[in-house]
Amino acid sequence: MTAAAQGPGYEVVVIGAGHNGLVCAAYLARAGRKVLVLEAAPTVGGAAVTQEFSPGFRVSSCAHLLHLMPEFLCSELALDKHGLEFAANALPTVALSTEREPLVLDAAAHEGLLEPDGSAYAGYRARMAEFAAALQPLFERAPPRLGTGAYADWAGLLRFGWQIRRLGRPRMRELLRIGAMNVYDLLQEHFSDPGLQGALAFDAVLGTNFGPRSPGTVLTLLCRLAAQGAAGVGGLRLPRGGLGALSAALAGAATAAGAEIRTAAAVARILVKDDRAYGVQLRSGEQIRADAVVSNADPKSSLLGLLGAEHLDTGFVRRVHHLRTHGLTAKLHLALRGPPRFSTVPGALQGGRLLVAPSLHYLERCFNSTKYGEYSAAPAMEIIVPTLHDPALAPRGAHVLSAIVQYLPYQLRGGWDAGRQPCVDVLIAALEVHAPGITGLVQAAELLTPLDIEQRFHIQGGHWHHGELAFDQFYMVRPVPGATQYSTPLAGLYLCGAGSHPGGGVMGYAGRNAARRILALRAAA
Amino acid sequence: MSASAPPRTFFEQPLLKTPFHERSRAFSQLDSFVPWAGYTTVDVFSSVEQEYFAIRNSATLYDLTPMVKYRISGPDALRYLNRLVTRDVAKIRPGRVGYCVWCNDAGHLIDDGTIFCLAAGEYRLCTAERQLDWLLDSAIGFDVQLEEVTEQIAALALQGPTSCAVLRRRGLSGVEKLRPFEIGQFQAGPQALMVSRTGFTGDLGYELWMDPASAESQWDALMAAGGTRGVRPIGSRALNIARIEAGFLLPNVDFVSAEHTLRTGRDRSPLELGLAWLVDFGKGHFTGRRSLWKEQQRGVARQLVGLDIEGNKPAHHALLYAERAGDHEVGSVLSATWSPTCKRNIALAMVAAPHFRIGSTMWADIYLNRELVWERRMARALVVERPFFSPERRRATPPADF
Amino acid sequence: MATIGGGMQRHDAIIIGAGHNGLVAACYLARAGLNVLVLERQAYIGGAAVSRRLYEDFTYSNCSYVCSLLRPQIIRSLELPRFGLQVIPYEGGCTMMRDGGHFSLYDNHDALRREISRHSRRDAEAYDRYARDVQRQCKFIKPLLLREPPDPTSFKPRDLRELLYLARRFNGLGEERMYDTLRFWTMSAADFLDEYFESEIIKAHMAGSSIIGTALGPRSPGSAYVLLHHYMGDIDETVGAWGFARGGMGAVSKALGESLQAAGGQIRVDAPVEQILVEGGRAHGVRLANGERLHAKLVVSNMDVRRTFLESMDEADLPADFVRQVRNFKIRGSSGKLNIALDGLPQFPQIPAGSPSIRGDLHVTDTIEMMERAYDDWKEGRWSRAPYIDMLLPSLIDPTMAPEGKHYMSVFVQYCPYQLAEGPWTAGRRQAFGETVLETIGAYSPDFRDLVRHTEIRTPWDIENEVGLTEGNIFQGELTLDQLLFNRPIPGYAQYRAPVRGLYMCGSSTHPGGGVMGAPGANAARAILNDLGKAATVP
Repeated sequence: MTAAAQGPGYEVVVIGAGHNGLVCAAYLARAGRKVLVLEAAPTVGGAAVTQEFSPGFRVSSCAHLLHLMPEFLCSELALDKHGLEFAANALPTVALSTEREPLVLDAAAHEGLLEPDGSAYAGYRARMAEFAAALQPLFERAPPRLGTGAYADWAGLLRFGWQIRRLGRPRMRELLRIGAMNVYDLLQEHFSDPGLQGALAFDAVLGTNFGPRSPGTVLTLLCRLAAQGAAGVGGLRLPRGGLGALSAALAGAATAAGAEIRTAAAVARILVKDDRAYGVQLRSGEQIRADAVVSNADPKSSLLGLLGAEHLDTGFVRRVHHLRTHGLTAKLHLALRGPPRFSTVPGALQGGRLLVAPSLHYLERCFNSTKYGEYSAAPAMEIIVPTLHDPALAPRGAHVLSAIVQYLPYQLRGGWDAGRQPCVDVLIAALEVHAPGITGLVQAAELLTPLDIEQRFHIQGGHWHHGELAFDQFYMVRPVPGATQYSTPLAGLYLCGAGSHPGGGVMGYAGRNAARRILALRAAA
Repeated sequence: MSASAPPRTFFEQPLLKTPFHERSRAFSQLDSFVPWAGYTTVDVFSSVEQEYFAIRNSATLYDLTPMVKYRISGPDALRYLNRLVTRDVAKIRPGRVGYCVWCNDAGHLIDDGTIFCLAAGEYRLCTAERQLDWLLDSAIGFDVQLEEVTEQIAALALQGPTSCAVLRRRGLSGVEKLRPFEIGQFQAGPQALMVSRTGFTGDLGYELWMDPASAESQWDALMAAGGTRGVRPIGSRALNIARIEAGFLLPNVDFVSAEHTLRTGRDRSPLELGLAWLVDFGKGHFTGRRSLWKEQQRGVARQLVGLDIEGNKPAHHALLYAERAGDHEVGSVLSATWSPTCKRNIALAMVAAPHFRIGSTMWADIYLNRELVWERRMARALVVERPFFSPERRRATPPADF
Repeated sequence: MATIGGGMQRHDAIIIGAGHNGLVAACYLARAGLNVLVLERQAYIGGAAVSRRLYEDFTYSNCSYVCSLLRPQIIRSLELPRFGLQVIPYEGGCTMMRDGGHFSLYDNHDALRREISRHSRRDAEAYDRYARDVQRQCKFIKPLLLREPPDPTSFKPRDLRELLYLARRFNGLGEERMYDTLRFWTMSAADFLDEYFESEIIKAHMAGSSIIGTALGPRSPGSAYVLLHHYMGDIDETVGAWGFARGGMGAVSKALGESLQAAGGQIRVDAPVEQILVEGGRAHGVRLANGERLHAKLVVSNMDVRRTFLESMDEADLPADFVRQVRNFKIRGSSGKLNIALDGLPQFPQIPAGSPSIRGDLHVTDTIEMMERAYDDWKEGRWSRAPYIDMLLPSLIDPTMAPEGKHYMSVFVQYCPYQLAEGPWTAGRRQAFGETVLETIGAYSPDFRDLVRHTEIRTPWDIENEVGLTEGNIFQGELTLDQLLFNRPIPGYAQYRAPVRGLYMCGSSTHPGGGVMGAPGANAARAILNDLGKAATVP
């Protein structure tokens, strides 16, 4: 222990109490490690938090649904015992349309589809679920490295090959063909209904820097489906109290297993000696020593910020520097005086997941604007009204609308300071189309642009996935070569955030994989 | 340039001319110019032999201007350089020069060069090839300013046993006190002149750094000062013989920069190039350190060595074999020359383990073209210490007044 | 109906289409001793590699216009120089900028460095890293061009052997370069270039070849590969060097035709094939539009897969799933072409006097954003309002292309849709499209409009109708990962063999795709000779 270090020594320090950091800490603690989690914010959760955005109105600040976290993780960590409850399960997905009845898409059935799309839909779903299921096991392990000759890496690659080969020749061929395709072509091959195409494509582009025509969007869609498949029958779920409740449960699981969590403890830098990470220094100057440091922060912040380029090689720094991290997904929160009425949506579905993504073309146009630092006047959105299920989030009789707005640029031409209010107006106007009268109900509005997400949650670029989820930043090369498998070039420093395989969304795989990796490496050493 | 001809644009004449170009042209008998780092420079003035002998026996002027120069300054300049190169730059004090190499992440050599510590936090890096791309990417995360100043500084190498005497006659009093790798500031006529006791010949010699505007007058003054001491301009061919004798490496001849190789496995590490003495594992992190450390732990698979080869036919590009029958290839020759000073047939070669040990023998497969008939010789080659030639005068301070 | 050489007989092989790949395949088959007949619907051979006199004494390379990708192994083994092929290298290229500046690409490394330095000193040196990385990728890919892609789902020894070869080559790159390669294949050109350059104009100039002929924008993932596809040319080992064929691109076809006839092959022009005849699951000949039936032991189609299987065959003769996949094969028209006869050499004041750039490819798109916006127009079903153009003056180097003092200008235009959102292509709309292009050029050349004597405007629709390329797609199918290697054209059918015995594919729809490369033709011939148990004579 260095002279400056204070307090008890830990085996592992986790930087950041985001959901992956908490998951990682929980698994490490369960394996008997002495773990400390440090969180800069006064509460745990990172971006999975419930915050008050207007007096009396609370909302899940980023992700607002839980549908990607695998069932086995929830049960391994016994999240229900740690207070996780759901205000709603299996929310239906409803594709809004101004021209016709909305399209209802949920796991079991589809309504409102004309033939031949109606029958094609079942086949498409089954086929995609099959592909997703073949990919899902990849999520549960560290990706292999190439060219090492190590048994584990070969085994990883062969397992990958076998997983795909097991689909049978025709399906394997189909997967190899569509794997790198764009979702636009895929959906054109299967369907003709623009509403259906738009709704299905929305899931492929959500959280990415892609339009439906961008190759690679089938991959992002399959990733989402793979995670959803393992998340079990609950479907789209709304934790009671918002996503912050999930984080509280994860924190509960971690502390129950023996981990310590300190909030309002921002890490200033990672301490290095003899080419090893040996702890962290807080902004307060306090030094905390540990055998291993795990960062839940995004790769750029972790490696270039907290660690610093001087401990890394130039080529590696170049790769991290070029990591694409600009987010394109924003959040709109409305405090409403009364319940909004989506005019075409039947009452029972008002509390569903409502999509504004009427066609592939619509999404593509939305995306086009963002390429030039603009946004479309016809935005794409995923809307929920959580207070319909969980009234405690707002004052009595009042409601909260939470919308994920896809396609707002990180850098707006003219800047977000001037552009914020006009953008809010555009978004509310777009909501007004589907929910007439909503403008009059708005008591307060909060828009979290990717830039705001960067600043509030310390995610460089404000990207959901801590870095674009594209082929060149995926699996074996995620986040960058040299920092795959949750380790970094620096001994004793690990990554466990969404920047690592398999990426973001409230899944917890990265945290769990990182913990397992650390435990395996320690066991080997 | 004649007044009537319109100036040619750079796409018609891509190579730059150094400030010494007109002087060089005036001395050139063979009109033998070659490109170097974007400049046109002299390959041979009159005869390689005469120019070479002047390096070892009198004094020579070599136009060094194309050497790429970077000014590196700012609060993090030292930290930056220490992360860049493999040796400890903190040991290069103000007023000193250090030879250094830098590597990519895999610990493979990108280039070599010299670092001049002009003052605390103020450095100049001289390299044979342009490196701005790598240098700037290395600057991510450092508070450092980088500027290429190649065109702002003209440079001449004054090398040879009488070089010190020539400088003194030129009026640089005190220049004899400069120790090897030391920098001095002098007044030469009306102009300031920076002198470093460095060079690429392995002999007593200096490198002179000046304002391009004063280049021609300095040249003239040095030529005049060197009259009785035999100063003559030399080209790259003569210098190449001297540098092989001195055991210095030449990019693209003895190694290909890891930034340029197209084929996997063609990169070389400083350990392989016999530059282990430049790698300081104890100074903290630098790019390539982790890879080099691993390489050092497991031992290098090949190494650059000096060879003394029987006969007098330079073993250019020769393949090396373990036995005379030529069945078991163990390496190949990179640079080869007949050494007129040592009267030895010498070469630098890359040789596989374990054949690179001093005292190992092997066979060089030499091809000779004798009046258009190719002949093949298997010549015995012995691994010997480098440099092949290292006279006492190279180190003596003050140097003897020849 | 004209027959060039030979008389009537039952043939060993009938090749449908005298495009360059059809001719290449025919040459190899004829040289292996097969009795070969090539059928061409037009009155001239060459498909899209043609030189045509459509106006006075001007010769237009009216479709393809650059000769760079033709594999050297093919040039050598078919002795194309002996049959008259001459290739003159470009002397650089230039992008003129909206602000009056320019960026020129020079052959000479030092000139290029100084030129890039005018825009960014850093980029001048980053260019070396860029060129190195592109060359590394080319080195990896080039040997794959003249090989049959393996079927990754197959356990046949051939496929396993080939997969092993690929795995070994890939593994031989070393860990870092394997990752680079993986990333490169899937990146967008814009992201790829961002990893090297900071200057917009440099990026824009380099990105040009990532969109030529494709329905991708420079920001679409996968476009970096397209960029490489165009870099694969090698004239005297200079990677990326492009050249003109003396006498226009028809000279390539002419040399191939003569090489074929010297090997005993026959060509019939004006002989459009209407139907590929299949009996008992075996192709045995073709029926021409005039009803004539020609028989052969095997049939090789140089047409794209849609025309081959959907328009020239009976669906009942093909597996249903195969037909579905052919329907899903993406062949998108995205390019137009203008061929212009000029009364003199137009002035481009932005190109410095005496610069060799004028004898290379000229462009006016100075940012990636402009390119991307041009792509957005295409997605909306209209031609780009500010199109990316690849403009050349072949007559500056090859005086046979135009009368003395006059010039021929070839203008390739990206993007132009096959189907307009506003309705079908009409003469008026074609004219308006041409006008957009002429105006674009006119903005950079004050005397250009006055020098124009004749303009041939070709939309994707025109190219389809004349040349027979579906949607006028110059690659006979998009070059996206879902349609490359073992996926090209159809997963499971990437080895030149159609689902019907005796029927083969040799067009650009097959691996490795389009461009006047000849590789699909050679690979198809190799597959055929292999099936016939003949000696391997194809390089």
